[in-house]
Amino acid sequence: MKLKGRKIYKGITEGEAIVTEDGISFYGGVDPDTGKVVEAGHELEGQSITGKILVFPTGKGSTVGSYTLYRMKKNNTAPAAIVNKQIDTIIAVGCIISEIPCVDKIDVNLIKTGQRIVVNGSEGTVEVK
Amino acid sequence: MKLTPEEQDMLDGKHGKAVRKSMEILTTLGEIFDAECMVDVCSVQIAGVSYANLGEAGLEFLSEMAEDGKVKVLTTLNPAGMDRENWQALGINEEFAKNQIRVIDAFAKMGIITTCSCTPYFIGNVPHFGQHVGWAESSAVCYANSVIGARTNREGGPSALASALTGKTPKYGYHLDENRHSQVLAKVNTQVKGTDGFGVLGKAIGDRLIKLGKNVPFITGIPYATIEELKSFCASIATYGGTALFHMEGITPEFDRYPKPTGNVFEINQEDLEKARFELVDDGLEVDFVSIGCPHASINEIEKIASLLKGKKVKKEFWITTARPIKRIADEAGYSKIIEDAGAKFAADTCCVVAPIKGHFKGMMVDSAKACYYGRATNKFKVKIGTIEECVKEATK
Repeated sequence: MKLKGRKIYKGITEGEAIVTEDGISFYGGVDPDTGKVVEAGHELEGQSITGKILVFPTGKGSTVGSYTLYRMKKNNTAPAAIVNKQIDTIIAVGCIISEIPCVDKIDVNLIKTGQRIVVNGSEGTVEVK
Repeated sequence: MKLTPEEQDMLDGKHGKAVRKSMEILTTLGEIFDAECMVDVCSVQIAGVSYANLGEAGLEFLSEMAEDGKVKVLTTLNPAGMDRENWQALGINEEFAKNQIRVIDAFAKMGIITTCSCTPYFIGNVPHFGQHVGWAESSAVCYANSVIGARTNREGGPSALASALTGKTPKYGYHLDENRHSQVLAKVNTQVKGTDGFGVLGKAIGDRLIKLGKNVPFITGIPYATIEELKSFCASIATYGGTALFHMEGITPEFDRYPKPTGNVFEINQEDLEKARFELVDDGLEVDFVSIGCPHASINEIEKIASLLKGKKVKKEFWITTARPIKRIADEAGYSKIIEDAGAKFAADTCCVVAPIKGHFKGMMVDSAKACYYGRATNKFKVKIGTIEECVKEATK
């Protein structure tokens, strides 16, 4: 199954999807040292997003979150790619400065945690294997 | 999105690495928000200056940009995590100070004026009516759009830096006439006074806007407001309502430029302000810290504090946060000596929101509704709002 969305940041990567219906705030909501979601009550609380393809509806919270994503990239704790239903500026800017492939306008309900997916940030597509 | 040949060259890397990265940020934002083209900006205000927020990674990003990036337009900085001259007296540790200076040096290398203030409009970074700017800092964004009638979206740290290094911003949102119309009428039926009073009003209106899902209010019933009252109001309505633009009848320059909203109306009565004020005072509060200057104090406010403090001694930690150029004016006018003789401290370049002072104090009294929000959220202080007079009284009690 190949889903057509919109390119946000270029690059092609294949990996394991981790999917949530909750929004994500990288500033305060994710620990940049461990790569784990730490927001209390979040669907992914306690789970690591490192090296995975993170699929969620949209970003939220402080604009400092862009720098958190950059910090994760430098710490090797960042997700391999990001797929959103609707991108927000914090995630978009975070992906650009960290050079993380990113696609939005994807129906995130069609992707399940654990599936192998290919994100093509240059074409704006997501392929579920 | 349509780019000029020069903008395309920037994106293709012909103007260097930092400009290419900047154009990637700006064109992506433009695509997301359906901008047709870029617009030239004449001024930039950058947020994300405190090392406490940036961390080593943020600093690394800035250092990379500083390798070949130079500003194209007048650019100033938001408050840093400390006073650059007086940090030791404010209880900031040396490690943090060293890192904070590395951040400021990276900005300076790009040609940014390192004044470190949330009130750029007090220190010479001030556009005129209708000019396009790229500002971060939510209170200053609201002030630029509403009080000055300049045009900016709410930028984040990286997108504001991108505008500084290219002189461009994507033309969408508040840069366009159609998005500057008011959507809801807020009728104020009671008298509002003082920086604290206008902060309370900002919270009362901001909370309502969030519930209604509206962004741009048209406010009536305010016959007069000082610059300081408007500054406080902007900070508060941006904090509680996410507001980047309001119109105020008889006060702001665009109030009669667009049709008045019809249909959507709410009223703010005395009891609404009392409720909002009640919510800005915590139970079981014991004040051990008083701070004035959120947003940064004007020279008028410093003069007022000096006159209230003259001949007295403070018994609690008391900070006046302001831009360094304003502090210099206070020095020359003799206000600083009166304030410092009373035992109060200037915290220039920084503020009670971004300084790493979590755990230093338990209860904070301020005249700012914005400071209440971040004092609670960031520093876990108990808070109380009051007039400047009440703040000084508390500090000297």
